[in-house]
Amino acid sequence: MDIFDILGPIMVGPSSSHTAGAARIGGMARALLGGAPVKAAIHLHGSFAETGSGHGTDRALVGGLLGMKPDDLRIPRAFEEAQKAGLAFTIDTVDLREAHPNTALLEVWDAAGKRLELQAASLGGGRILVQRLDGIDVSFTGDYHTLLIRNQDEFGAVAAVTGQLSRMRINVANMSLCRRSRGSEALMVIETDHKLRPLQVDALRRLGPVLSVTYYEKEEEADA
Amino acid sequence: MLDSLQQIIDCAEKTNRLFWEVVLEEDMNQRQVSREQSMAKMLTVWKAMEDASHNYTGARRSVSGLVGGDGLKMRQYNLKGKNLAGGYVGEVIAEALSMAESNACMCRIVAAPTAGACGVLPAVLLPLCHREELSQQQILEALYVASGIGAVVAHRASIAGASGGCQAEIGTASAMAAGALVALRRGSAAQIGHAVAITLKNLMGLVCDPVEGLVEVPCVKRNVIGAMNAVSAADMALAGIESRIPVDEVIDAMGDVGRRMPVEFRETALGGLAVTPTGQEVKRRMAQE
Repeated sequence: MDIFDILGPIMVGPSSSHTAGAARIGGMARALLGGAPVKAAIHLHGSFAETGSGHGTDRALVGGLLGMKPDDLRIPRAFEEAQKAGLAFTIDTVDLREAHPNTALLEVWDAAGKRLELQAASLGGGRILVQRLDGIDVSFTGDYHTLLIRNQDEFGAVAAVTGQLSRMRINVANMSLCRRSRGSEALMVIETDHKLRPLQVDALRRLGPVLSVTYYEKEEEADA
Repeated sequence: MLDSLQQIIDCAEKTNRLFWEVVLEEDMNQRQVSREQSMAKMLTVWKAMEDASHNYTGARRSVSGLVGGDGLKMRQYNLKGKNLAGGYVGEVIAEALSMAESNACMCRIVAAPTAGACGVLPAVLLPLCHREELSQQQILEALYVASGIGAVVAHRASIAGASGGCQAEIGTASAMAAGALVALRRGSAAQIGHAVAITLKNLMGLVCDPVEGLVEVPCVKRNVIGAMNAVSAADMALAGIESRIPVDEVIDAMGDVGRRMPVEFRETALGGLAVTPTGQEVKRRMAQE
């Protein structure tokens, strides 16, 4: 937490956890999908389910899916904007056991039919924590530039990726690796201090054990 | 460094710097940014506060319909020139109401430290800017002081109603505002500490009991008490009045009270004003809509 978590975020009201954090969760789902979703199923848990409507959590999530930042004045009209943008969505409540009280589970699809499922919690002050991605437990915040790398679970996969990052002079801040079972697919989450250029992301994609790479670039500073 | 106010005060005194400079350097260090980059970002924060104030018209209403228009009412009343509080404080009240209403009505604001308490700090600063020729530099310095205070409270206690009650939100905002005012009047780092201590002591134990769980009732008007409390504490500190309990001990006590506060009084809408007959009626009405 830094002093601009205290004086900030600059945001559309009324609640940093229920509104600003919700917009960021929607934005994260859009970024990880890699483009505009055309369909979304939004499931609200806990306090998001109970007071989400009064706090504009539903509109902020949809706004985030449309690419709106937490300070976007269109958030109150996000449902109308979704219609214009061709995003069909449903919102319901869900009971996720042992989840943070402010949690949303999002299923999103792009025009090509690609699907992404993301579960994230809003921790307060607009900060979020992504906890599940397509059924795999993860833990990242979007406070860093973040690489999500799917790889074959085999010898040298991590070395190949980190070696490439090292050659490109990209410093790893945090890193985790998770797999469903031995020899199947695994997911690396790598948070970096440095921004990656598209060519650098492509270089990671070309590595042998790598199946796919998704890159999330940290939200830029809001302009007043 | 931003985990003890006494440490900031000692550091400022030993190195012959001002409170705000210690906070600025801490930010430069933590985020690895230059002085210019840090101050440019702080200016963005200030501009957003000013814009939020300019954009208030009093016409918007909140989701529940319970909030909106009171800031305008207060401004109109002030203009008649017969308010009890006088010029500056009358404007502080109006500004606190306006900003907190803007938040409830989904306008753009700056969380300080939270969205629910966003009215307190701008409420004491904006009217002073209108009445006195304050330079942009002075305002930014005051904002660094405020943010440093908030960071220490966040570290030692809490700034979230869900964990520490309203004392953690409005109380912290009030402490930040008091420190900013003392800095604007060129009070010492020690005086900033006393103002913070006095402010937090006076709001200790305040519960978070929002009707229907919304950031509306009583949150909007609590921004006013936060701002008024900041003005009186700043004036006391500048007059040389000292807190008998050292500031870090006050913050720790506030954190302790928050932790021992029943969950019904921590933003769950299960106690206090939320469960009054009228509060419950609002809940029923909104469920039907």
